[in-house]
Amino acid sequence: MKTTRRDFIKISSIGAGTIAVGTPVLNFITSNSDSQNSTDDSTSKRYPTYCEICFWQCAGWTYTNKAGAIWKITGNKDDLHSNGRFCPRGTGGVGMYNDPDRLKTPLIRVTENGKQVFKEASWEEALDLISDKLKTIGEKFGHECVALFSHGSGGKYFGNVVKAFGSNSISAPSYAQCRGPREVAFIATYGQGIGSPEPTDIENTKCLVLIGSHIGENMHNGQVQELSKLVDKKGTIITVDPRFSTVASKSKFWLPIKPATDIALILAWINVIINEELYDKKYVEKYTYGFEQLKAHVQKHTPEWAYGITTIEPHIIRETAREMAAASPSVIIHPGRHVTWYGDDTQRLRTVAILNAILGSWGRRGGFYFPEGIHLPDMSIPNFPKPKKTWKDAHPGKFVLADLALASGICDATVPGHDKSCNYKAWIVNGTNLISTLPNQKNTLAAIEALELMVVIDTMPAEITGYADVVLPECTYLERYDLLRTSKHKAPSIALRMPAAEPKFNSKPAWWIAKELANRLGLGEYFPYNDITELLDWQLKKVGSSLEEMKKIGVKKLDREFDDMYLIEGEEFEFNTNTGKIELYSTSLEAEGFDPLPNYTSHPQPEQGFYRLNYGRAPMHTFTRTSNNPNLTDLMSENSLWVNPKVAKEWDLKNGQKVWLKNQDEVISSFPIKVRVTERIRWDSVFMAHGFGQKDKRLSKAYGRGVSDSELITHVDYDPIMGGTGMRSNFVTFLTENPHDNV
Amino acid sequence: MRYGMAIDTKKCVGCSDCVVACQTENNIEHGYARDWITETIEGIYPSMELEFRSERCNHCENTPCVRTCPTGASHIIEGGIVKVTHSECIGCGACIESCPYDARYFHTEGWVDKCTFCDHRVANGQDPACVSVCPTYCMYFGDLDDKNSQVSKIIATRKWKVLAPEAGTKPQIFYLT
Repeated sequence: MKTTRRDFIKISSIGAGTIAVGTPVLNFITSNSDSQNSTDDSTSKRYPTYCEICFWQCAGWTYTNKAGAIWKITGNKDDLHSNGRFCPRGTGGVGMYNDPDRLKTPLIRVTENGKQVFKEASWEEALDLISDKLKTIGEKFGHECVALFSHGSGGKYFGNVVKAFGSNSISAPSYAQCRGPREVAFIATYGQGIGSPEPTDIENTKCLVLIGSHIGENMHNGQVQELSKLVDKKGTIITVDPRFSTVASKSKFWLPIKPATDIALILAWINVIINEELYDKKYVEKYTYGFEQLKAHVQKHTPEWAYGITTIEPHIIRETAREMAAASPSVIIHPGRHVTWYGDDTQRLRTVAILNAILGSWGRRGGFYFPEGIHLPDMSIPNFPKPKKTWKDAHPGKFVLADLALASGICDATVPGHDKSCNYKAWIVNGTNLISTLPNQKNTLAAIEALELMVVIDTMPAEITGYADVVLPECTYLERYDLLRTSKHKAPSIALRMPAAEPKFNSKPAWWIAKELANRLGLGEYFPYNDITELLDWQLKKVGSSLEEMKKIGVKKLDREFDDMYLIEGEEFEFNTNTGKIELYSTSLEAEGFDPLPNYTSHPQPEQGFYRLNYGRAPMHTFTRTSNNPNLTDLMSENSLWVNPKVAKEWDLKNGQKVWLKNQDEVISSFPIKVRVTERIRWDSVFMAHGFGQKDKRLSKAYGRGVSDSELITHVDYDPIMGGTGMRSNFVTFLTENPHDNV
Repeated sequence: MRYGMAIDTKKCVGCSDCVVACQTENNIEHGYARDWITETIEGIYPSMELEFRSERCNHCENTPCVRTCPTGASHIIEGGIVKVTHSECIGCGACIESCPYDARYFHTEGWVDKCTFCDHRVANGQDPACVSVCPTYCMYFGDLDDKNSQVSKIIATRKWKVLAPEAGTKPQIFYLT
């Protein structure tokens, strides 16, 4: 086997036994055999936090038991994200803290006897090494050649370091691999993106339309809660999904669409609503631009036309369109979240934005509300230097409407041999396992191989850490302060995260790591505080609170400045678009040479013997972030492959049988996956939950459990508008015998 | 006083939050659980029905587990909650065999463990952990003897079923359908 400069180092090869373990918190669990509960809420202490298991960032309380060990986490009743109820992942967040496989001390890649291994290092040694290397790279290649990939709270601190250093290449896979197309589509239409949490007024809606969005399997907490209330009220739910998702089973209409044909269905809905004059005429006239062009454009998109493409019968298309119109304006065509499917995703989300607009749901009760947040003042820091090259130079002339850096774009620009004006030489990776989050792993590994330096900061030995030059152990969110949560919602609020325990092992909070790194790079003035609590207290006092108060209440709800959650009847409103109107006909897309009105294009369907690889969420996990969490693996320890019974019969597959998967590019899964024969999936697709099949043995609970969908996503359809990576045109077939000779 | 629970299968999404909340609240060892999720699917694509149920001890009125217990470790407390006194349990397993719901298991220390309806929380006026955490608000807990309790009211107005009615155990958990 060829040795590369950057061999994958299994972190398990270091002497784990020599590392001191932290507080043995599990002891009390087995010592309480007679009193069934040694701890209850009256004898415990609680500390405010907001969750870091997913981006919903629910605020809650971390409880410690009499021994001072972390016991449980519950929601904060004053929090609009959680309403006092955490989802399974948040409740199981204690497992992130207790996980015995956590990264414990800084690690540096060294070569011993011709073999690359990780050496345990002190923080001084590791940080000195990083700053020395960054300085050298900056001098040799330019300061713009450093990029940050992040997901989660640490991004702000490391982003500060990278910007101060002279680069603006700060990316998160949550954009080009996830929600980017919807942001661009809604900006093109309404002059405003969707943001997070989505400002969908589900609790007041009469009709919710979900297109491939599986609320209830994705546990976007507030949305799941509101969905449940909608079920209680017997509101209409229309679900479009080739899979009989959980929410499909709770829907008045389930449209089992042929995969990759959604745009045809949505155009047909628009056709019916316009031609039957069911649209919100006043709203369309007052607020929109390009209605006549839209009307002319959709004339060919009849339900009969769409039937031949989508397999959804014309009368169902009409009936569901009328149902939406009857609920108008209290109707939501949900924009979804992970929407990078087929490469024409911005245009698909444009059809969603347009449908909402003609039904008058934007800015209306039961539709989309206008969220409000609070802006906290920042301590004064010097201006950031202006980089000579920006992240846009990673893909000159392409993806011009991307409003945030593309993780995939930076990755591609790192691979040598490309004619690009900015080649990246150093990556800082925080809280995102790029091996699983970026498509086309071969490409990602080629990029990593070309780097002069890769630093990974994480709590867990995620697969990406195996390729790092330096690994830094971050403490979990339950052991640290972070910046205040100020996300927008129906009302502004502030939420505090504070530690409920000391950091375990030799782990440190991200703010401290970033500040120490900045000091070494001579950029200390960009962190104008000694301890982050100084910043938090300073910010809170500026808005009439204090750290002391927030420690007691956790969440501070504020009043909206104005009563402007919805448009007022007849209100004059200028949208942030070229025309000042909601652009049904997009002038900004037209100016860049893209279709100003969305069109349907067909996408490949599986060849004989192959099945579309459909992937999604399981409610108990957040991707690889939780795949080793001892509490959550207890609920679900591996993914399974959903196979329709007809397909199973053809292949003679039995429930629970292990199969390996091979994709259209001959890539074979590293591990087998158990077949789940179920009517819940179409015969032309298979389905698995994302985030499993981890290859790092140090993840003792996740290693080799199930299959990684990412590994099989080698075909990518790029969205020409904003660079989203469409990942749903990959096809797999079954291998019933072990194709690997090493097992 | 008769504690019982109603669980709305129309709202439950099978997320298992009730399971992990019970595990943390009650310090259940990894690998064990006092409640669990069942999924049933009927029909053929594309005409199907899907039901999720959060299941646990039914705190039956007619309790084979208590009847078969040779030491009196399995017993019924105020409100009809079925409990096990660990120090009196000899781990014979008769209760496990007699339970039609598979609601009991051997703790690694040898005694038999099961759902307590979080009686330590109920005593403080709180709902059981599973009910408190549920993000779909699909569980209702309360006094079935009180006609005005939320759980009594919802059972009076909605269709419901109990599990394994043929076992004659008179379970006190009602699944709204």
